[in-house]
Amino acid sequence: MIFTIAGRELRSLFLSPLAWSMLAVTLFILAWLFLTQIEIFLSLQPRLAALEGAPGVADIVVAPLFADAAVVLLLITPLITMRVLSEERRNRTLSLLFSAPVSMTEIVIGKYLGVLSFFLILLGLLALMPLSLLVGTELDTGKLAAGILGLTLVVAAFSAIGLYMSSLTEQPTVAAVTTFGLLLFLWIVDLAGDSDIRGGSVLAQLSMQRHFEPLLKGLFNSADVAYYLLVIILFTGFTIRRMDAIRLQH
Amino acid sequence: MPKDTLVHAEHLTRYYSLTCAVNDVSFDLAKGEVLGFLGPNGAGKSSTMQMITGNLAPGAGQISIAGIDLLDQPKRAKLEIGYLPEQPPVYRELTVDEYLYYCAKLNRIPRSHISRAVTTAKERCGLGDVGKRLIGNLSKGYQQRAGIAQAIIHSPAVVVLDEPTVGLDPLQIREIRALICELGKEHGIILSTHILPEVQATCNRIQIINRGKLVFADTTTGLEQRMNTTALIAGFHTAPDITALQQLPGVDHAELLADQRVRIRYRGSNPAETLIEQSVTKRWRLHELTPECRSLEQIFIELTCSETHENGDTS
Repeated sequence: MIFTIAGRELRSLFLSPLAWSMLAVTLFILAWLFLTQIEIFLSLQPRLAALEGAPGVADIVVAPLFADAAVVLLLITPLITMRVLSEERRNRTLSLLFSAPVSMTEIVIGKYLGVLSFFLILLGLLALMPLSLLVGTELDTGKLAAGILGLTLVVAAFSAIGLYMSSLTEQPTVAAVTTFGLLLFLWIVDLAGDSDIRGGSVLAQLSMQRHFEPLLKGLFNSADVAYYLLVIILFTGFTIRRMDAIRLQH
Repeated sequence: MPKDTLVHAEHLTRYYSLTCAVNDVSFDLAKGEVLGFLGPNGAGKSSTMQMITGNLAPGAGQISIAGIDLLDQPKRAKLEIGYLPEQPPVYRELTVDEYLYYCAKLNRIPRSHISRAVTTAKERCGLGDVGKRLIGNLSKGYQQRAGIAQAIIHSPAVVVLDEPTVGLDPLQIREIRALICELGKEHGIILSTHILPEVQATCNRIQIINRGKLVFADTTTGLEQRMNTTALIAGFHTAPDITALQQLPGVDHAELLADQRVRIRYRGSNPAETLIEQSVTKRWRLHELTPECRSLEQIFIELTCSETHENGDTS
């Protein structure tokens, strides 16, 4: 039942030009960044060759590319998640799901997986760029895998937050703005953590970026993964509660 | 509870902040019944229907669908419900076929039965020709039909239709009414409307709800009896004294209207015959005698307006 809902969500996304244009624009920008990084790598290569234990393609091309990709995803996630629940409420189609023999958890998880699979398609296409380097050079696949895992976790957390924001309002634009605000805040919250103010380290722990960077370097830290899983579970849980409250509200 | 009771609602109450939308409404629906929900705007029809279908949590009260408690076992109970809300819950970007296929899956129809269920639902709602078209491009009437098809696709025990004929042309309205009557044979149907003849045409039980309260509940035959004449309008050239008319056997009350016409309310047997006899002997020169029929509309207005006045006085 979850997959039925997820399938329809994904299908509806691709029936609108939004998903296609989003894929096209995002991949164009990321491909541009990818080519720029390769350019840099090529210019550095003669010097790198002389060094012992020099940084490889994964460090010079993949890590910056994925770091940029996370920022781009931060920009586009609100646009994809904004309509997921708010539009159903607005068009009064929610009663179809409410009167069907489906639990609220199934509805929310179905919706979530639908959105997430869109981003996984995007990440799959993105991963093809560094993988294409395998044709001509050696690549630290461990670091690449850690990077992809990090990006997946980041986008999964983004989607969970976006889904929750979408359940709060009937206006997709409001959902988009609030999602964007919250995501950006969580991304930069560690800026305060660098200073000596009290609680700085707590803020640093909350930052999404802080937990993403180690994965880009190939460091798999279970605390980082747990952080993202917690965010995902927390916000999908909030969404389920919120949707239940729609039936109780007024 | 009898075995064929499909819906059993008990003391349903719902508040929207401080406004009481539904106040202590109880009713039953048996198999083979078409129950019409009547009421002015904002009376609580839709809220009641939303509660029965699990779209709105009741503030108090109990609902069971085909003997299964809706609040305790929502999934099992909802298998037996088909619901068409005021606005058909259709996805504009899907075609009719895709949409119904999705609804069939949502309602847990086994994979092997889905295409048959979709075809049957389309046939019943006259959607045969538009299966490949986008719902967003269809007219309101066809969107409404898609909404009805969605509600009956899993042949649920109870079909709840909130104003099913809104936006349809007269021909479609007739078709939908016929469909409702046909569905009523195997399922229990609850439909809300404020088109009064529709109720008389399709329902075999009627409930009028006003200000969240049930003010009238009876079968259509019971209602028809209520609608039957209980008054005569008589026109005279030389009108007699009102008291003389009131003394006629069976007459309850007589009142003078304009143009020397009199309304005579009676109980039991019709006093028309005596009236004519008296008119001849006493030279009242009776020239008009019509039985006064109360229409459903009048009963409706009486019930809903009087209630409004009472409430207005007390508050």
